[in-house]
Amino acid sequence: MDWGGINPVILIATLMASAVPILLAALGETVVERAGVLNLGVEGMMVIGALGGFIVAVQTGSPVVGFIGGAVCGAALSLIFALLTQVFLANQVATGLALTLFGLGVSSLGGQGYNGVKPPPTGKLFPQALADLPVVGPIVFGHDWVVYFSIAMTAVLWWVLKATRVGLIIRAVGESHEAAHALGYKVNRIRLMCIAFGGAMAGMGGAYVSLARVPQWVDGITAGAGWIALAIVVFASWKPWRVLIGAYLFGGITVLQLNLQVAGSGIPVEYLSMAPYLITILVLVIISAGRKANGAPASLGQNFHASR
Amino acid sequence: MLRLEKRPTPSRFWLYATPPVAVILTMVAGGILFAAMGKNPFEVIRTIFWDPVFGEFAFYLRGQLLVKAGPLILIAIGLALGFRAGIWNIGAEGQYIMGAIFGASVGLAVFPTENRLIFPVMVVAGAFGGWLWAMIPAILKTRFNTNEILVSLMLVYVAETILAKASTGFLKNPEGMGFPGSRNFSSYPAAANPELIAGTGLHWGGVAAFVTAILAYVLLTRHQTGFQIRLAGQAPRAARFHGVSPARLVVMCMGLSGAMAGMAGLFEVTGPAGQISIDFNTGYGFTAIIVAFLGRLNPLGIVLAGFLMALTYVGGEMASTNLGLPDAAIQVFQGMLLFFLLAVDVLTNYRFRLAVGAH
Amino acid sequence: MKRRTLLASAAMGLMLASGAFAQGMDKVKACFVYVGPIGDGGWTYQHHQGALAVQEAYGDKVEIQYQENVPEGADAERVLTQMALGGCNIIFTTSFGYMDATNAVAAKFPDVKFEHATGFKREHPNVSTYNARFYEGRAVQGTIAGRMTKSNKIGYIASFPIPEVIMGINSYYLHARKVNPDVQLSVVWAFTWFDPAKEADAAKALIDQGVDVIASHTDSTAPLAEAAKTNGAVIGFGQASDMAEYKDGPRVSSIIDNWAPYYVKRVGQLLDGTYEQIDAWEGIAGGEVLIGEITDKVPADVKAEAEALREAIAAGTYHPFTGPINKQDGSPWLAEGQTAPDGDLLGMSFYVEGITGDIPK
Repeated sequence: MDWGGINPVILIATLMASAVPILLAALGETVVERAGVLNLGVEGMMVIGALGGFIVAVQTGSPVVGFIGGAVCGAALSLIFALLTQVFLANQVATGLALTLFGLGVSSLGGQGYNGVKPPPTGKLFPQALADLPVVGPIVFGHDWVVYFSIAMTAVLWWVLKATRVGLIIRAVGESHEAAHALGYKVNRIRLMCIAFGGAMAGMGGAYVSLARVPQWVDGITAGAGWIALAIVVFASWKPWRVLIGAYLFGGITVLQLNLQVAGSGIPVEYLSMAPYLITILVLVIISAGRKANGAPASLGQNFHASR
Repeated sequence: MLRLEKRPTPSRFWLYATPPVAVILTMVAGGILFAAMGKNPFEVIRTIFWDPVFGEFAFYLRGQLLVKAGPLILIAIGLALGFRAGIWNIGAEGQYIMGAIFGASVGLAVFPTENRLIFPVMVVAGAFGGWLWAMIPAILKTRFNTNEILVSLMLVYVAETILAKASTGFLKNPEGMGFPGSRNFSSYPAAANPELIAGTGLHWGGVAAFVTAILAYVLLTRHQTGFQIRLAGQAPRAARFHGVSPARLVVMCMGLSGAMAGMAGLFEVTGPAGQISIDFNTGYGFTAIIVAFLGRLNPLGIVLAGFLMALTYVGGEMASTNLGLPDAAIQVFQGMLLFFLLAVDVLTNYRFRLAVGAH
Repeated sequence: MKRRTLLASAAMGLMLASGAFAQGMDKVKACFVYVGPIGDGGWTYQHHQGALAVQEAYGDKVEIQYQENVPEGADAERVLTQMALGGCNIIFTTSFGYMDATNAVAAKFPDVKFEHATGFKREHPNVSTYNARFYEGRAVQGTIAGRMTKSNKIGYIASFPIPEVIMGINSYYLHARKVNPDVQLSVVWAFTWFDPAKEADAAKALIDQGVDVIASHTDSTAPLAEAAKTNGAVIGFGQASDMAEYKDGPRVSSIIDNWAPYYVKRVGQLLDGTYEQIDAWEGIAGGEVLIGEITDKVPADVKAEAEALREAIAAGTYHPFTGPINKQDGSPWLAEGQTAPDGDLLGMSFYVEGITGDIPK
């Protein structure tokens, strides 16, 4: 089954892997923003996670430990953001941007000496025999464990946010911190935990770039993926399954446009290269048209100080 | 334990004292970082903060501070208007690029005609380009309720692709041996934006930055529109009762910030940068967001924040070149400065109190 | 023009103080302006290796300074001016985007030597330009690619449509076709110099559509890493640096940008007083373009053929662009036996006959 030289099965399998960094980071940011915090430092946390994960994986020889290391590093960096915005009540937008600057700098300093090192490989989860099955093989059985983890996390977060008490508290804090406070919730503490979770997810997303997508360390390896993750959260109206759709849409069009170039589609390359951005905008316009609210948490970006 | 308590009124003392305190804290923390990297911390700090303004080559570098601060201030003031109204244009980088492309296209289309009107028309075209690019998220927001953060950000990448196309295609210098990049405006006087007073680094972009700072200050403090902007940001519902149309405000704020970013792009391409090239944009549009908030969204504060930011770039470069510090160390240092500035700002509106038996 | 005279007099003062006249110098301060970080593992990394080689060669007689991540335009002009004011005797600007800034600053500091990489403007006597004939290396790669491909599909990951890149694509294709008339070339334009994830995606797209030899003109090792996932089915080449870590995997050879000989030579000339303005475009012969070790994955006869080509280019007996060559549209470019003039190459904006697809315009 080929469409002009492009095999849709392989295309889907490819996009599932290439969307993982954005998906993980965007899922984390979704939780952060649902708690009412706008952390624009995703790129910085991703790149720190990419470096941290890389170093830990190389030192321990275990990519799984590496991913955990990446998550820890991302969370650690996010705690600076948490300290500034939750304790010192600093402006979230500016702090997030500063966090990106800081993270890029720290990763570049810390990464000296890791150029040209190969990390331990992250293998596929299922035996090759399963991955060789037609159609379902590449799509369902052909991935490393992080791809399945990213999908599982989507489901878990959807369930947590929708159906659990924890989710209710997070949403309450994000919708109206005053009311949540009045109900006795420690708004800033809850937000701090959400920020750390977001940092960990961004860190894992970054680690996926340096351990699986590209397997290497170079300065600035995430090359702007954090910004796309931020856009995907908005695209998804802060809903986990739609984050997955958004990440797959963006990743899918990116992969598709490169495939169309290889296949010689005749579409001018510069239009193909703009396509992922334009189509994301277009789809968002279509789904948001006619709706009153866009689903943004009401307290998004506002700091909270308990006056009593 | 220590706890924060909101001041009844913002402290005037801390309003002015927080920036110096933050800078001193950064010097201490940065000094430790530089010392850990085996450099003399005092020498590094002096190179970053002192040398560009008072050092041996200050006669040149002072002007460069203005060159660097000008576009940041111009863009940040535009953004601040929107941010105050709760409108999130984070795609100024794209509007900056489009302003440069539109303005440069006009100038290059009439090359080599010499006419006094060419440059003013280019400025208008630049502002129009930025305005147009900002109108896309604005219209999508007002018509289809599409989030402007996503649209404006995504359009940055689209603008970058158009920039690459411009420099390798429709604006490519026909005498450039096939190399990417447009003609250089420095050799086309009618379209150039040269230094106005030698040695100051002041070009029309700097003039525009100061003029808009003053205009924006007047607008925000003395004018009905300024009141509407502030009201919409602080109390959207009350604003609606006052007859403020949210759609009108979105179109106006996005348009203004886009036009100003576009103008900044035009002044840059015709002046300091000199030409359209693949890597023409260097992140002013994003850095300006930080500048806007460092300046507390106040036009005069933004002017100061713009200069401080420029100082860390120019001084940081000096430290990097002369003292062999990696560029990454400078980035870390800039990040720390921002962190401290943002953190100590809390003292303006709050004070720390020893709370006995905290609740 | 007051600023100009002000700067010139400042430079003059420095020059008098250091006694820097044409008779050679006791000590040279050599400065480098980089477009990326020295940890990029590619373009800037290789220039920095050249800078380190200068230090190694002359020890105490040189002082090295450099600045990373310098954007084009105003920032480059400022960094160059700072360096010139700060006493640099020779400044290497290592990206084509610095062309106008280099010439503008050179006008103000007539006694500082400026060396601009990969450009063509020498508006002042103190500006030299230097470049490397990377297309010579592409010829060797193309030969290997044409021989090694089993699917007859070879790929090229390109950055931006500029002459430097187009030259490489043409050379790669011509030599692949020479040894394998059935070969087809797919070009993917990434529209970036550096985005490892996107480069990996581009490589994946090529592989998914049956390409089994990949060359790249972007900076990271991502395409090789992607090829490595195919368990030997797909091979590729190191770009800019040797990328030796993939030697036991897909990397069968590489093009190494070796700036060290040129940098050492030019600083040496400044030290001994023989420095003159030049327009240097060296290739394999001058040691600026190195062909990284061809691994055992390549059969001995193909390896011998590739090495023979390298030797012929080095000896000057073979030019990779030797006619008859037609342009993509069929119109003649080079007649039988004619070799491409440098001017045509430097401004190359067309594909040669046989390549499908369009260059983005």
